[in-house]
Amino acid sequence: MREAWLPLAVLLALGLAPLAGFGGAYETTLMARAMILGMAAVALSFLVGGAGLVSLGHAASIGVGAYAVAILDAHGVTEAALVLPAAVGAATLFALATGAIAVRTTGVHFIMITLAFGQMAFFTASSLAAYGGDDGYTLFSRTEAFGTRLLEDRLAFHYICLGALALSWALSAMLLASRFGRVLRAVRENPQRVEAVGLAPYPFRLVAYGIAGGIGGLAGFLLANATEFVSPATLSWQRSGELLFMVILGGVGRLWGAILGALVFVMLETWLAEQMQHWKLVFGPMLVLAVLFLRGGLAGLVTPRHG
Amino acid sequence: MAEPLLRLDALRKHYGGLAVTDGVSLDVLPGEIHAVIGPNGAGKTTLIHEITGLVAPDSGRIVFAGQDITRLSIPRRVRAGLARSFQITSVVPGFTALENVALAAQARAGCSFRFLRPAASEAALNEAAVAALAEVGLADRAAIPAGALSHGEKRALELAIALATRPRLLLLDEPLAGAGPEETERLIALLTRLKSAYTILLVEHDMQAVFALADRVSVLVYGRVIATGTVEAIRTNPEVRAAYLGEDEA
Amino acid sequence: MTTQLLLVQALNGLQLGILLFLVAAGLTLVFGVMDFINLAHGVQYMLGAYLGAAFAAATGSFWLGLLLALPAALTVGLVLELLVFRHLYARDHLSQVLATFGVILFLNEAVKVVWGAAPLQVAIPPQLEGGIEIMPGLQYPLYRVAVLVAGVATALGLWWLVERTRAGMLVRAGATNAPMVSALGVDITRLFTLVFAFGAMLAGFAGVLAGPIFSVEPGMGDNVLILAFVVIVIGGIGSIRGAFVAALLVGLVDTLGKSLMPDLMRLFLDASAARQAGAALASMLVYVAMAAILAFRPAGLFPVRAG
Repeated sequence: MREAWLPLAVLLALGLAPLAGFGGAYETTLMARAMILGMAAVALSFLVGGAGLVSLGHAASIGVGAYAVAILDAHGVTEAALVLPAAVGAATLFALATGAIAVRTTGVHFIMITLAFGQMAFFTASSLAAYGGDDGYTLFSRTEAFGTRLLEDRLAFHYICLGALALSWALSAMLLASRFGRVLRAVRENPQRVEAVGLAPYPFRLVAYGIAGGIGGLAGFLLANATEFVSPATLSWQRSGELLFMVILGGVGRLWGAILGALVFVMLETWLAEQMQHWKLVFGPMLVLAVLFLRGGLAGLVTPRHG
Repeated sequence: MAEPLLRLDALRKHYGGLAVTDGVSLDVLPGEIHAVIGPNGAGKTTLIHEITGLVAPDSGRIVFAGQDITRLSIPRRVRAGLARSFQITSVVPGFTALENVALAAQARAGCSFRFLRPAASEAALNEAAVAALAEVGLADRAAIPAGALSHGEKRALELAIALATRPRLLLLDEPLAGAGPEETERLIALLTRLKSAYTILLVEHDMQAVFALADRVSVLVYGRVIATGTVEAIRTNPEVRAAYLGEDEA
Repeated sequence: MTTQLLLVQALNGLQLGILLFLVAAGLTLVFGVMDFINLAHGVQYMLGAYLGAAFAAATGSFWLGLLLALPAALTVGLVLELLVFRHLYARDHLSQVLATFGVILFLNEAVKVVWGAAPLQVAIPPQLEGGIEIMPGLQYPLYRVAVLVAGVATALGLWWLVERTRAGMLVRAGATNAPMVSALGVDITRLFTLVFAFGAMLAGFAGVLAGPIFSVEPGMGDNVLILAFVVIVIGGIGSIRGAFVAALLVGLVDTLGKSLMPDLMRLFLDASAARQAGAALASMLVYVAMAAILAFRPAGLFPVRAG
């Protein structure tokens, strides 16, 4: 845990930021986006680095969570006690249903299948004309916490996101250290050996996939509230790719690398987009260069692995 | 005659037109070391795959401790008490030797769907792991990542992992493959120590080890068992000499 | 739904399938031989379309456009291979996914910069205008028939190349065991480049053919890429035969599904709900089919490598 001084410092900084003058609408929106994506990225890092499941469809679980909020909003249900479990539950179910098939495969097959399922979710969302279809859906209001408009308070929302991020990280870390996590980590390196000690890899991978989906759903719930707008773009495969990039940018071996990765990514993307219209011309090659040269990611730069 | 712990009943497996396992029947009695020998291409590897569950035989039965395991999955067979070591060592390279064995102990010790407690802090698992490592002489290498162990140490680790699953039958797949003379001596000594506590099915090429350790030997040639008997009986069996021991490896 | 309409849609489906095959063939070869997951394959298709459109506009002839576009697309592919892909062959799949993702971002944007974001129009060559009578009273566009014929001819040519020539044999051997082929003294780098170049050209060719039918716009390769992934997952990674069968299957399911689903829904729902539900289900259909096939055959219909 000593190695985690950097992400802990980052979380602390995020906590202090609004009090240190970064409490305006622009800054908190930016930080919210970074924290929400960071949460999803940590869950993905858990999957990729912990279980060896490289999912190219993780944005779908965020999207399912976000759309749960939108759909319930369209029908007048805005109470968090209902909406939050619905969002997390829907995303978990989606992950378990698609994972039941995807997790039977490994390697490239798995990557492609998760990509395909993500697309399936994307097209389904695009065809939901009642909830905006291609154009997306604007929420009537943010989710109410026990009848209050707590989430509309900028500061409160900021700390809720921060709390959720910290929770996601802690949960993922705890899972990886547990008996369950030990099996996952062993399956990542040597599934044959796991079978040979009497454990079937499939249920463990499936549960991991479901949990990551649930955390994604939580991120989706918060995202819908942050932007008060939900659209199929949330589920696009480009978003899934961006999430993977955050994981690799941060460094695959460390869960908290994903938090750094998300932060850097969001800041970079925002800054670049303000500099030039065709910022992707720069961003794309930056991705390529980062992959080619930044092995071990940012986490690897800060705390080099021993041995 | 005691009830066999493992009974193979006319196992058959063919690939295309070739019968790789051609009606193999053999018994492993509790407490014995039963060696299976045979020339290359005899079908030893396929037989191991059939016993452990990687390959399903086309016909025949496998009965383990009175239970028909012919259709059971690999993990289920291991849980029933049938552990194996791999010829090409198969460990988790990023885990320490201790954690490799603790994984096996954990698999034995009940539910792995525990999400809260750090597994590394579970004293019972660690103790069981240390005990198994001590049995194979690796106690002082417990904290070394398995990937960094020497080839011989990895082989010993394989054994420790198998032991930690508290097996009723140990299936050893050419444990001496590629071992130098010193290591062979050490492994034979280790296996002699284990002999009293475990039933072992030993698939081996090394005749020195086989004749030193085995209670009974079955000779596999072209997918069939041509003879089963004590070491002496096999050594003097004319069919066996013609088919196999003529290419003397002792 | 009349028989005539059904026939037209079926032909459209086959034609989409043929185009998918041309794209998927390169993808599956590259994956099978080099173990390289190339997300940027879709932009090869897009580049083919753009180059075809550009040269056709410049020379006034579709045929000249085709003739010039192919080597141009090939050149771009080779440049990409040299600059980026070559350095990824030895890397893990996650890195390959992300680096090629970066290439997509860059090229999609670059195409916008050069040609603008609005779709380009490509005229059907005069020789292939009009229709032919496939059934009494039913006209079907001649150009689409030509695409079908061209695609099938290419497929046959590809089959002959792979099954009957020495180079093809090396490719097949490489797909099952690349290190062995290298150990036998074959220049594996040359082989890789050859396979890659060929695949790029096939995709570019498909792009040129698609120009007059589908709109030529930035990002047009993305959807095709994902469908191509579905195709090779269903067909079996590394198998050309599998790609052919799966491509036709996917093309038919997608096209027929989109036209039949709303009508099917009309049996249960009223008109507008049927249209919505139909559209939603139709877009999911291909992925549901993929999931169903994978549930029984996780390695696809014609798996090349065992395990």
